[in-house]
Amino acid sequence: MDWQALNVSLWLGVGTIVVLLPFGVWVGHLLAVREFRGKGLIEALVAVPLVLPPTVLGFYLLITFGARSPLGAAFENLVGHALAFSFPGLLLASAIANIPFVVQPIQRGFEAVPVDVREAAACCGLTPWQRFMRIEVPLAWPGIVTGAILTFAHTLGEFGVVLMVGGNIPGETRTLSIAIYDRMQAFDDRSAGLMAAVLLAVAIAALSTITILGRRVGVRRG
Amino acid sequence: MADRTLTVSIAQAGPIPLDVAFTCAPGEVLAIFGPSGSGKTTILRTIAGLYAPREARVKAGPETWLDTSAGLAVPPHRRAVGFVFQEYALFPHLTALGNVVTALGHRPRRTRRQRAEELLRLVHLSEQSNRRPAALSGGERQRVALARALAREPAVLILDEPFAAVDRAVRRRVQDEIDELRGSLDIPLVLVTHDFDDVVRLATHLLILRDGRAVATGALQDLTSRPDLVWLRDAIGLGSVFEATVTRALVSRGLVELAFDGGTLLAPNRSLLVDATVRVRVPAREIILATEAPTGLSLHNVLSASVSAMHSAPDADHVVVQLLVGGVRLLAEITKDAVVQLGIVEGTRLYALIKSVSLEVRAAQPTVVKARA
Repeated sequence: MDWQALNVSLWLGVGTIVVLLPFGVWVGHLLAVREFRGKGLIEALVAVPLVLPPTVLGFYLLITFGARSPLGAAFENLVGHALAFSFPGLLLASAIANIPFVVQPIQRGFEAVPVDVREAAACCGLTPWQRFMRIEVPLAWPGIVTGAILTFAHTLGEFGVVLMVGGNIPGETRTLSIAIYDRMQAFDDRSAGLMAAVLLAVAIAALSTITILGRRVGVRRG
Repeated sequence: MADRTLTVSIAQAGPIPLDVAFTCAPGEVLAIFGPSGSGKTTILRTIAGLYAPREARVKAGPETWLDTSAGLAVPPHRRAVGFVFQEYALFPHLTALGNVVTALGHRPRRTRRQRAEELLRLVHLSEQSNRRPAALSGGERQRVALARALAREPAVLILDEPFAAVDRAVRRRVQDEIDELRGSLDIPLVLVTHDFDDVVRLATHLLILRDGRAVATGALQDLTSRPDLVWLRDAIGLGSVFEATVTRALVSRGLVELAFDGGTLLAPNRSLLVDATVRVRVPAREIILATEAPTGLSLHNVLSASVSAMHSAPDADHVVVQLLVGGVRLLAEITKDAVVQLGIVEGTRLYALIKSVSLEVRAAQPTVVKARA
């Protein structure tokens, strides 16, 4: 069992949620309540990481993070080391790969708030911000929690993007899923099996939590 | 006292065609009546600021809420509108009390809870204040919506099909409550409905809307006694509505005597008390005209009247005759043949015979007649 890899995976999962959730709530809300030109295109772009092979996504991210790209150069100037093959780089890549997993459930969550309830909130004298905080977020929270859990679970399991952007540096970018592959290559089936079981348990726990949340929403609406 | 009349004018060709202009003074209940799809709800949404037509002006007393020609549009949360939505639109995650408290943001925080409790008491819901909407009945939800709408101390109260989703018994009860509030609130009240019973029961003024156009606007008695509203005849049948007072309860005969500005009527009723105010609707088809006072009939109501107007469509077999009975105008619908046989013209004096069972009597708060600007 590679505890260091589990540690990296957990930090990456939590970090991705912290970075991505505010963005997801903002974009999800925007897509749910506003009609604007180019909305279809944005929804398509949000979904792209779902259908793209992780290696393709990883490839583009690696080029974007490289020292020759403006982003990579700026990061290296600022921090002193390359963005690619570092934990911050991995975190950024993970956030981008997880956009659909956080945005889509949150968008569905906000869409489930009835229009007349939102309008009633306005007619009660609530400002747009108060409406958002006191009515919309509490009603959309199962969607928000689902987005967070999906992101966490998916981050733990991500392989292709991590391998392309992060490489396999122990304590920095070697996540549990990479470590499993690593152990298998070294014929250490016992370690690989143990770590695989950990990931399986996390996946089951995440999905059952989402299912229970979904049922709670159903009860409250009924 | 500052004028607190609601003034609305809307004009747009599409996407929802609308062409209406009306006012509603404090204490008045304006019912917007029309078939579904006629644009009724859009008018309410425009008043509340939830919809922005191409050209419109909305003024609540001295405050201008919307003036498209000046590029002015006050957002909904800064308009003091109490809005009771058709499906109530309660906040499902908050209790009845929480729903009402949410609309009390204009009050100091520590007084909100007490005020919300007062409002729930007003709509007889104190017991249910800690329940969420899912645990309330349809009528209870509606009363929470009403309390929430009143919480804002609105300058205008708006009700969108308030009785569409409740059964008849609940409907009567909530009608009573709204009618009671009308007397105490003294703000303009605008009500959208497709059920004429709501109009008879609650409205003081009526706007008939068809395809986004105001077919007719006016005080309830004036409008319901107009003989020329063909659309209203086709939709629900003509029938004049007027106010009356119970003068005697003839319990042994199962009748009440109603005095109105033109005489008295007998109507079958065992529940009304003496001095109660009622609204009476006399369906135009239920009036029989006679040139001489008849005798030996089972009829209770014989009123002396004079013909004040007549209307008939060229291709129709009927004539709508407007009768002046004291200060009240009634409508009678008779055949063209009967008009010829009896020689009825404007000014003819005759008798209107009305079966007591055909009178539609509804208890109501008295309408305070005010001079309209």
